[in-house]
Amino acid sequence: MFNKPATCFRVEKGYDQMTMIDTDTSGVPARILQSPMHWRNAKHQSHWRSGDEEFDAAKFGMWLFLSTEVLLFAGIFCGYAVFRMLYPEAWANGSHALDWRMGAANTAILLFSSWTAANAVRLAQLDKQFWFKINILITILCAIAFVGIKFTFEYGIKLPEGKAPGTFFAYPYATDPHEPLWWSLYYIGTGIHAFHVIIGAFLFAFVLWRAHRYQAYGPTQYTLVENSALYWHIVDLIWIFLFPLLYLIH
Amino acid sequence: MSTLEANAGHHHDEGSYLSGPPGMIARIWQWASTVDHKKIGVMYLFAVLFMFFLGGMAAIGVRYELLDPIRTQTTEFVNAAGDIETVTVTTGESLKELMGGMFADGVSGSQIYNRIFTLHGAIMVFMFIIPAIPAALGNFLLPIMLGAKDVAFPRLNLLSWYIYVVGCLFGVFSILLGGVDTGWTFYTPYSTTTDADHWRVVLMVMAAFILGFSSILTGLNFVVTVHKLRAPGMGWFDMPLMIWALYATAIIQVLATPVVGITLLLLIFERVMHIGIFDPSLGGDPVLYQHFFWFYSHPVVYVMILPGMGIISEVISVNARKHIFGYRAIAFSSLGIAGVSFLVWGHHIFTAMGELAAILFSGLTFLVAIPTAIKIFNWVATLYKGSIVINTAMIYALMFLFTFSIGGLTGLPLATLATDLHLHDSYYVVAHFHYTMMGGTVIAFMAGLHHWWPKMFGKMYSEKGAMLGAALVFIGFNLTFFTQFFLGTQGMPRRYANYVDEFQTLHQISSVGSLVLLLGFLVHLFVFVQSILSGDKASANPWGGLTLEWEVESPPIEHNFHKEPILKHGPYDFDSVVPPHWDPKDYPLPEKGNKH
Repeated sequence: MFNKPATCFRVEKGYDQMTMIDTDTSGVPARILQSPMHWRNAKHQSHWRSGDEEFDAAKFGMWLFLSTEVLLFAGIFCGYAVFRMLYPEAWANGSHALDWRMGAANTAILLFSSWTAANAVRLAQLDKQFWFKINILITILCAIAFVGIKFTFEYGIKLPEGKAPGTFFAYPYATDPHEPLWWSLYYIGTGIHAFHVIIGAFLFAFVLWRAHRYQAYGPTQYTLVENSALYWHIVDLIWIFLFPLLYLIH
Repeated sequence: MSTLEANAGHHHDEGSYLSGPPGMIARIWQWASTVDHKKIGVMYLFAVLFMFFLGGMAAIGVRYELLDPIRTQTTEFVNAAGDIETVTVTTGESLKELMGGMFADGVSGSQIYNRIFTLHGAIMVFMFIIPAIPAALGNFLLPIMLGAKDVAFPRLNLLSWYIYVVGCLFGVFSILLGGVDTGWTFYTPYSTTTDADHWRVVLMVMAAFILGFSSILTGLNFVVTVHKLRAPGMGWFDMPLMIWALYATAIIQVLATPVVGITLLLLIFERVMHIGIFDPSLGGDPVLYQHFFWFYSHPVVYVMILPGMGIISEVISVNARKHIFGYRAIAFSSLGIAGVSFLVWGHHIFTAMGELAAILFSGLTFLVAIPTAIKIFNWVATLYKGSIVINTAMIYALMFLFTFSIGGLTGLPLATLATDLHLHDSYYVVAHFHYTMMGGTVIAFMAGLHHWWPKMFGKMYSEKGAMLGAALVFIGFNLTFFTQFFLGTQGMPRRYANYVDEFQTLHQISSVGSLVLLLGFLVHLFVFVQSILSGDKASANPWGGLTLEWEVESPPIEHNFHKEPILKHGPYDFDSVVPPHWDPKDYPLPEKGNKH
């Protein structure tokens, strides 16, 4: 069917897409173009009436999932608020002990990576495969940088000082008896967040691999890219709340 | 691709969804890798029924221990050598005598009792009653009732079944290691300190955490399915009320479960690393745990009951041959219950909060009675002047009206601050929530199971046998739990293996009742097994229902519908669809002797 691919592929589907574009697939090797994974050959599952409906549903499902993520972190924020009210001293001490420059660097990294993730969605819609992959790659590198900074320059420095969660707390210069509680919440909040960052990196790595191997994403098929980016934005957003609450408010 | 084209590619799937390739391994693989919502629903059904059996056995164990109080008698006598010797005899530790060998030495009878009632609670709540109706019956019915081929995300659906199984395995593993005695609520500080050298509690908490994931994924799937996969022509108010109930349930599952997820995670950290959040000696607050826990676990009470209410709406309307009374009122009361459910968690901890908060939570709790009563009155009004057909499902639905009303009304004294001080943590509470959970959800589940059994397996069951089972369940249930209202008001506290002599008669009646209940369920089991082995073939619409699932074969084909259904009438338009002067006895009966 695709042995002689048309040089132009007029895209008329794509619910989210505001632009009508002509994509040129003539330069794509036949091996990739004929793969059932290629975005032009992707078929929607048979219980949907159209690919657009399937895409809408997937996105709706993702938004619901994001609401569960918010509620998951709500527990941590709630614990933070309760104990901040009860032990303002411990919270001020703990907050002073964190290096705001590292937090700010990580904030900048995540914000930038959110931008590249959003770029990637648009570039997939426009079938700009090379720049699409580059943006996904930058997003993954940002995730690695975030986790690297977190583990090396924050956890890696605080833990040997004894600023550790729960039973492992051994910081000799603590002035408030409730500082272990602060460190517990700090490690759990940022730890679960870092875990989400790592999951996001794997998600984008999967996207990148499929994009590289099959050109799986393009103007009519970019559900996973869009949903990964949505997930990435919520991870970013949660950090936007964690950063001032933990690092900036004294 | 239009639907017709989509169908054209699947002509090889026109057989029943239960048929499969020859060969045992091929069959097992077909089921284990299926993304068909009907097969997943059936797999859930068998899994939850197995868990119901385990939890039921634990309940029998609890009632066995409570047959007689634990008494220790010390007698002194002079032995042959002339010394005074004391002999201590303990009677009434029934569970220890029965199964003490399964536990480590030094585990007392009361500890064994604690473990058994915790197993009963944890299994029944997390592994049976939460997934029972939405995941088993809901999975099977939701897409068919909507006129869809499958749920929105079929692979996610299978994943949530596997997650459920993994969660159950964690729980069973914890039981095999000796079980936990924390109560199913895992209250701190007890759950963070008991069995400190062992992983049992962590495993059980992990089980609840994992089961929560399964619940979230099912809820998410259902919400999207209801929004996106309704048949052409089916507006929101053309949906069967079962769908409304499942939709409200799914919303609660999605919004409440993540909170218990983080709570249980914090509990594990607290137990393993003593992070201090729930530990007062480190500045933490055990009551915070209870707030977090009930913020999930109270809404989840409505995850248990709402789909049951959906079943009752269907069964009563079909078997009264009458349009459901107050369709919109029932639909909106489902959403109303879902909404209010998030505002009432405080009534579990009245004594651990300020007076103002307690008064507010008490008032909000009374609000739940309004949408619930709306439903009850609407069902009764549907029965009024209906052409009522009595079959097992209808018997169970009528039973539901009776037992659930008792359960609901006895909740009001618990929401009242003054009376709650006397009644809380007593057997009155136990009786109350068993009347709602068992008298509500389990009875509704049985109604639904009998109503849709012919659809699920294409076989009729023995109506007489099933009615005998229903009668035994009704008698056994009321014997078991009505007595507990008296025990509670007289002061019998919950979770105790021991009691004063005055309570023994009532406890014994209750225990005998639990055996009658067991007998009733065994009769049902027998009837169902007999139905599968040698039941008459079921017609497409044995009860004369008007919802879409009765328009497909029994059992349905792989893709449910031969072509995309078009809605011709509402789900309860009996007055316009069923001809006048129609004798309810004429409803299509199965042809005798027509076997598979």
